[in-house]
Amino acid sequence: MGPITLLGAVDPVWVAFLSPELASRMQFGWTISVHIIFASLSIGLAPFIIYFTWKDVRTNEQRYARLRSFWVKVFGVGFVMGTVTGIPMSFQFGTNFPQFAEVAGELIGGPLAFEAKMAFFLEAVFLGVLLYGRDRVKDRTYVISSVLVGFGAWLSGFWILIVNAWMQTPRGYEMVTRNGMEVAKLTDPFAAFLTPRMPWMYVHMMNASVIAVALLVAGVSAYIVWKKPDTEAWNTALKLAVVLLIISAPFQAVHGDAYGRHVEDTQPQKFAAMEAHYETGQADLHLLAFPKSPDALTDPRAENLVTVSLPAVGSFLASGGDFDAEVIGLNEYDENPPVALVFWSFRFMVGLGFLFIGLSLWGGYLTYRGRLSDSTRYLKAMIAASPLGYAALLTGWYVTEIGRQPWVIQDELRTSEAVSSTLTGAEATLTLVGFVVVYVGLVLTALYVLKWLVREELQALGVREPNEGRWHGPIPGVSDDD
Amino acid sequence: MTDPLLPVDAYLVESLPEIWFGVVLFALGMYVVLDGFDFGIGMLYATRTDEHERETFLSAFGPVWDANEVWVVAFGTMLLAAFPRVYSRLLADNYMLALGFVVALVFRGLGPELREQRDDERWKRYADYAFIGGSVFAPLLFGMLAGRWLFGGATLPVALTGVGLVAVSVVTGAAFLAAKTEPSLASELRTYGIGATLAYLGGVGVLLGTVVLTDAGGAADAVLSLPVAAVVALSIAVGLGGSVLARRGRYRAWLASALALPTLLTIFVATLLYPTIYPPTGLLVREAVVSPLALNLVTVLGFPVLLLVLWYFKFLYGVFSGPIEDEGYGG
Repeated sequence: MGPITLLGAVDPVWVAFLSPELASRMQFGWTISVHIIFASLSIGLAPFIIYFTWKDVRTNEQRYARLRSFWVKVFGVGFVMGTVTGIPMSFQFGTNFPQFAEVAGELIGGPLAFEAKMAFFLEAVFLGVLLYGRDRVKDRTYVISSVLVGFGAWLSGFWILIVNAWMQTPRGYEMVTRNGMEVAKLTDPFAAFLTPRMPWMYVHMMNASVIAVALLVAGVSAYIVWKKPDTEAWNTALKLAVVLLIISAPFQAVHGDAYGRHVEDTQPQKFAAMEAHYETGQADLHLLAFPKSPDALTDPRAENLVTVSLPAVGSFLASGGDFDAEVIGLNEYDENPPVALVFWSFRFMVGLGFLFIGLSLWGGYLTYRGRLSDSTRYLKAMIAASPLGYAALLTGWYVTEIGRQPWVIQDELRTSEAVSSTLTGAEATLTLVGFVVVYVGLVLTALYVLKWLVREELQALGVREPNEGRWHGPIPGVSDDD
Repeated sequence: MTDPLLPVDAYLVESLPEIWFGVVLFALGMYVVLDGFDFGIGMLYATRTDEHERETFLSAFGPVWDANEVWVVAFGTMLLAAFPRVYSRLLADNYMLALGFVVALVFRGLGPELREQRDDERWKRYADYAFIGGSVFAPLLFGMLAGRWLFGGATLPVALTGVGLVAVSVVTGAAFLAAKTEPSLASELRTYGIGATLAYLGGVGVLLGTVVLTDAGGAADAVLSLPVAAVVALSIAVGLGGSVLARRGRYRAWLASALALPTLLTIFVATLLYPTIYPPTGLLVREAVVSPLALNLVTVLGFPVLLLVLWYFKFLYGVFSGPIEDEGYGG
């Protein structure tokens, strides 16, 4: 749905409001976008938290105690944000997409319940210990708590992605009639849980979270090192984040390339939207694309873009080696996803991915030369790049989710059929506005808290900041661990 | 497709759908009991003006609320896994209530977390508003959601269910805090606790009377049945007995009896529902349940984990047992 139809999609009765379908989709998209930032923060921070906690307990070195304390606080705030934004997610399948919940209940209910019981509880309980129990439990229990919290975050992703992967490549079910409705009946749990998409998605998402958080840790560390070059703790954190980035960023590109071929195999329509490929036949690869006119932003086609393209390489990549391979075009389908959003999101994500590889190689070179913390230019680049991992992660998910449209369950249930029939445009629009307001406040608050934590850390390191910013309140006290 | 590990066409045990009805209501009960006293702490927090006392309340709340809150997700997702139509209808038919509830939870959860980030009067005041407001509205709206589940569109019973959950949350919150604080504060708390107990019992009485007189949601017969009468009689006995214990300063015993109130409330909900599971459409447990393979799977994979979760909670409450230490929210 491009912007043109987007404007046309208002409810005829409630002219001033969005249609229930569009409002529901925007609401789900918006709330999950915010939630996933915090969910992936937990996933990506997990290795850092475990490492710092373990080193702290084992070596008793001040730098690790400092890093543990700082990042556990960030994890704690992120986890609370993740909890409060996650609960609406588990309700919105019912409030906004009840037909989807009912059709897919047998397939998605189990994994969602396992996520709550196996993962969410594990994280929530042992995070309580991690945040408040340092003096109440033994060292060993404390380290184990950090491992369990991290494990919980990764396990949580596992079950949630089983659900999402099933929506992309549904397997292991048959359609039956129950209570007068066509619903999916589970016939093969292994096929339903370990769908073709699942391993691809899990690896790509976990690694994307590691990249996003490595960039965040690197950015925060770079800022503190820039202000206070001789800090032992934050030089350690910076180096660790860069090392993690050197491993994860190139891996993501190699993995993503193969993932793309898998999407072409299993969801040709989405792949065609990613490449704005309309005519079935040989596909070119558009390495770079720029719009010639504003129209091309909303309707990208090869003829209205300035592209740097490799002829037939699209076919080669999609088929894994055949330049003449036929790639199915968008013209084959009755209804297509909003091509522009998918096409540009995909390019944005890939472009950022290559930027991260560049940053990681640059960092690797500087580390090799032993000048990582001396290069002000690199420190500034890393500060600037600190939110970009999240931008890549979100645009990647836009490709996945918007690219699946018009289906909510690929080739089985349309999104338009999944939306609540009792929901009015007024209600849906009202709650959408409510969620936008509340969550914007939430994200801003999270950013402020991070900023305050960094300032507090600088204070503890003895750095007096030249600009105190707009906040004129007293500086919060420094806790005992420092 | 034959699966050698699990029966495909028959439930592991014949009564598995009924067992799952019990399990889903058990999760609901855990939520109402555990997050209930969190809500109670949040509401009683409004009666404190002394910074030290507020910090004490937050110290009791801090380590456990998040884990307690997860029980609502366990409830919702297990309802979806076992009875997808009930999950869908309950939430879709009560759109504003359900989303209002989750937004109230957002404010409740964020308030204390943000409060400790800044040592500034105005900042703390706003964080407190979020905490208190969320703690009032979350049980109110959740109770109303339960009321809509039981009684459909009848306004007064639905409102009373909401108010009842608020009152019972104050009781458990007061008892929980009283058991963990010094005597002078505890004796103030018991005044609120006893008042809330009486309000709760009175509210239940009005609710039952209304349902019998108006036959709201067709529940009049169910309300007059023996099991419901037994649950109500027990609630009255436990409520009044608990109040006596509170008067005598036996706060741990009071806490035990106070926690029995929301437990009985959940049993009350279960007896009103069964054998239907969605009274507004008369849907029965057996009609709403998923196919044998799906239910067998969530049983085999889910039950052991549920036991493990109960052990986690034992561990968590063990670590943070005993009197509240004056360490503030952040430790």
